[in-house]
Amino acid sequence: MNFFKIIDQLSEVDPDVLDRFDSRRAVFSSLGTAAKRSALAATPLFLGALFQKAYAGTTSTPVEVLQYALTLELFEQDFYGKVKGSAPYAGASAADKAAIDKIKQHEDSHVTLLRGAITSLGGTPVTGVTFKSAVFATLTTFPAQLGIAQLLEDTGVRAYKGRAGELLGDANGLLTVALQIHSVEARHAAKIRTMRGQRAWVSPADDLATHPVYTSGVTGPTSTTTPFGYGIPAYTAASPTENNTTQSGVPITTGLGATYSAADAAASFDEYLQAAEVFDASRAGGLVGA
Amino acid sequence: MSDNLQPRGSDETTFAQPLYTPIKRRSFFMYAGATAGATALVLAGCSKDSTTTPVDNGISLGAGDVGVLNYAYALEQLEAAFYAQVKSVTPVGGAGLSQIEKDYFTEVATHEEIHRNFFKAAITRDAPGKLLQNLTPNFSGIDFTQRTTPAGSAKLGVLNAAKAFEDLGVAAYNGAGKLIKTAAYLVIAGQIVSVEARHAAYVRELITPGSFAADDQVNPTNGLDMAMDPTAVIAIAQAFVMEKLDASTVGK
Repeated sequence: MNFFKIIDQLSEVDPDVLDRFDSRRAVFSSLGTAAKRSALAATPLFLGALFQKAYAGTTSTPVEVLQYALTLELFEQDFYGKVKGSAPYAGASAADKAAIDKIKQHEDSHVTLLRGAITSLGGTPVTGVTFKSAVFATLTTFPAQLGIAQLLEDTGVRAYKGRAGELLGDANGLLTVALQIHSVEARHAAKIRTMRGQRAWVSPADDLATHPVYTSGVTGPTSTTTPFGYGIPAYTAASPTENNTTQSGVPITTGLGATYSAADAAASFDEYLQAAEVFDASRAGGLVGA
Repeated sequence: MSDNLQPRGSDETTFAQPLYTPIKRRSFFMYAGATAGATALVLAGCSKDSTTTPVDNGISLGAGDVGVLNYAYALEQLEAAFYAQVKSVTPVGGAGLSQIEKDYFTEVATHEEIHRNFFKAAITRDAPGKLLQNLTPNFSGIDFTQRTTPAGSAKLGVLNAAKAFEDLGVAAYNGAGKLIKTAAYLVIAGQIVSVEARHAAYVRELITPGSFAADDQVNPTNGLDMAMDPTAVIAIAQAFVMEKLDASTVGK
């Protein structure tokens, strides 16, 4: 597989974007605090969110974002590898096995792709990321494994969503690649959910709706360093929960000219998670290890 | 435009650049909805001896980020209209859907309606006067009474049409991300594309179990979903829209 050919096909150079961000930052740093606050208050919430994000200290490199993605892919790859070697999988139907195999095939491809991208950018791909064996041993049935699979896939969707913005304007087309992986994870999530008799989309009616994967926030202290050898952006405040029904300041249930249920409003938009939330012990962070 | 969008201080053209990119005069007429004006411009350029037919590029979706939002709005209009038809026309039982399928498609219909209304509200608020008009769907190639395309039929069954719309939507959002300049808009697009991918996977499973992320859509070598440019997407979507659409300036 020729990684550069893929990137060439996907890339579109936009040399102005980063300058544009820097110019905005310069504009705001030249304003007094009061002027800054009133300017922020006057802007539409879309643009307000942009400036808040610009000041959140997200100065990561593309390699760091890719390492984060690779970490999650290695984690999934190891989990599905463990599933394939387990007794519950051996006893599953041919259709169920085929689904697991297909998902793992994609995770394997993602690992290969991300390793190649990191290496081509001069980085050393993270290694040794595994799903905790002791936890895996407690998953003694196929449904139990599927429950974890659903959490992992939905986490992946939220995780990619949380960092795609850092690839805005990337000259190597990495934003598009990230989006193309992100939607595949969503397809995986939909399939696992369907296998489990749940809706393909996130719903407050899900049997796992109260799991921290679908809420937000952290349960422990956060850091901008990780045990994987790369940094992550500083944690700000809790991200929107999956049950969130307000988008960009618009209440979806009542603000769009018709009345919608909270469940429909929640299901129509998936929500992101910050890296610190993903790595929190209540989510993927608690499942990664020896 | 409202002064609210302009900060005090220097460099305001750079600040406003995503929404206020200098536009060609022809595009201005199209923004103003005066397609007659655009046609008049074209005709004015014709010499009196000319026998060439004026070129009609269609309704421009706009430029820059507004173009991307209108582009998404156009696709959501189509999807919302499609699922509204499924809700009201497609029978339960017989050649139609099962009850649970009808129930789930009723939820999907609501999601797409919410997406459509959300973009309308967002564009109206952030770029007043630049909202794409209401489009007229052309569903003559779809048979809403059939769950799947009957053998030899020229019309798509409901599931086949749904799959086409959802997969196209995923490819459209994936290809549009790189064109977006405003981070907040990218977040919104990201929040919606994964829902469309869930829809797509669900519909695919109904047609062919196991095809949620099949090789025709997800490249088996690199595991990547499709990403398409706006003009390529609109070329496909055009079959389902009466009005001719011009996506050539989206994101530019």
